[in-house]
Amino acid sequence: MSTPIVEVRNLTKRFGDFTAVDNISFDIHEGEILGLLGPNGAGKTTTIHMLLGLIAPTSGTIHMFGLDLAKHRESILQQVNFSSTYISMPFSLTVEENLKVIARLYNLQNIQERVDTIVEKLEMKDIQKKLTRKLSSGQMSRLTLAKALMTEPKVLFLDEPTASLDPDIVNKIKEFLREYQRTAGLSILYTSHNMREMEEMSNRIIFLQHGHIVAEGTSDEIVQRYGQRDLEEVFLKLAREPKGK
Amino acid sequence: MNLGRIGGLLSRHMYLYKRSFARMLEIFYWPFLDLVVWGFITMYLKDAGVSLHGAVAFFLGALILWDVLFRSQQGVAVSFLEEMWSRNLMNLFASPLTVGEYLASTMIMSILKVTAVASLMMVFAWVFYSYDMLKIGLSLLPFILNLVLSGWIIGVLTTSIIMRFGQQAEVLAWGMVFLFQPISCVFYPLEVLPSWLQSIAWMVPPAHIFEGMRAVLVDGVIPVTHILWATGLNVFFFIVIVAWFYHTFNVCKEKGMLVRVGE
Repeated sequence: MSTPIVEVRNLTKRFGDFTAVDNISFDIHEGEILGLLGPNGAGKTTTIHMLLGLIAPTSGTIHMFGLDLAKHRESILQQVNFSSTYISMPFSLTVEENLKVIARLYNLQNIQERVDTIVEKLEMKDIQKKLTRKLSSGQMSRLTLAKALMTEPKVLFLDEPTASLDPDIVNKIKEFLREYQRTAGLSILYTSHNMREMEEMSNRIIFLQHGHIVAEGTSDEIVQRYGQRDLEEVFLKLAREPKGK
Repeated sequence: MNLGRIGGLLSRHMYLYKRSFARMLEIFYWPFLDLVVWGFITMYLKDAGVSLHGAVAFFLGALILWDVLFRSQQGVAVSFLEEMWSRNLMNLFASPLTVGEYLASTMIMSILKVTAVASLMMVFAWVFYSYDMLKIGLSLLPFILNLVLSGWIIGVLTTSIIMRFGQQAEVLAWGMVFLFQPISCVFYPLEVLPSWLQSIAWMVPPAHIFEGMRAVLVDGVIPVTHILWATGLNVFFFIVIVAWFYHTFNVCKEKGMLVRVGE
């Protein structure tokens, strides 16, 4: 396998007495989709926030493209983006205006062309001039995905990106992501509560529980190791295990 | 500092103002109302025979300069609130935008706001009260620049408190500057304060600016000492407050508050 594009070592985050992420290490390789699975409160989102430099780790290191995130934030984040169900964008701006602002924050060239292209690809033409406050939750998810993909990142963090989307657009987005991953060599860290989607999308999966990595491997390897029928059963088994087991 | 990113963030506010009636009101309506009220007070004092040398210039000039300070502070603090209300902080700070670029864009925003509000108020004062503030001439410039800088200082202080304590502190965006009003001696000379309060007021840059403004209006002299004091104090407080903002930003990152602010 190629050299890791993201290297996380002994990453820990404590909020007072509560340990949200506990000494985890993992790599993401070029062109790889790594699934991050776990129940609510397992530490998935905190991990992504640390990878984006929004939360400072208590200890441990994050390297991307061979650079330390703590020291090279600007140049790393130029090549990284994210999308999440839990974020929003300025409501009083249209879809197009929001995308243009993001394009300027990433110093992109040919802004109008880029906006038109991504809007076309994600089938958002009909809402391009629409105010963001008037978008449905599914359209908002598409907008946050569009802002992430428009910057042509080398690493993409997707925190439940397809939640609240209808199956048709979920399918199109998955195809678009896979195609983009193939052509651009994009590396993705992907969280989802949809096990089927996780199996389909991920080359490898990390299962987080109570801030620890409790399982790691391909979907088949994890299913075999735990003697279950599918990933959903593994999820239920692991998620219901009490802390410390 | 990357000018493209600063421009990007500015364009976000331009799009917003272009479309928002409430935000345009903030620029046109409230300053106009302030001017009407203080204009009538000034006329009343004149009619009542209150002996106050240059009453119109005294109050209306002070009011216009106070609005420079107020809008400058708001330009910084309200820009942060806009991001908080629209849950956009994550998009900004997960991008290559630096804290310095963020602050720079809010300061430019405040200059634009101040320019719009002050120009309008000067026009209103001239049309309704025949008060031409521009007659003061170039000596006005150091006062305005110092007030803008003071506004940034209070704005950055306000923003760091809101960032640290979240929505419960957002009222400070409108109220914080008024904490400084009594000791800034906007509408009265500093000598009316009790002596212990005078010592504190001399440490506040706007007090020097408003004292200086009165010296220009009443005596027609440029108060170099006041300008130098105001500039020195402003530069000192500006460096301290920007360092404080960086510190608060890092504390918020450690406590995970940056991703929760506004919730």
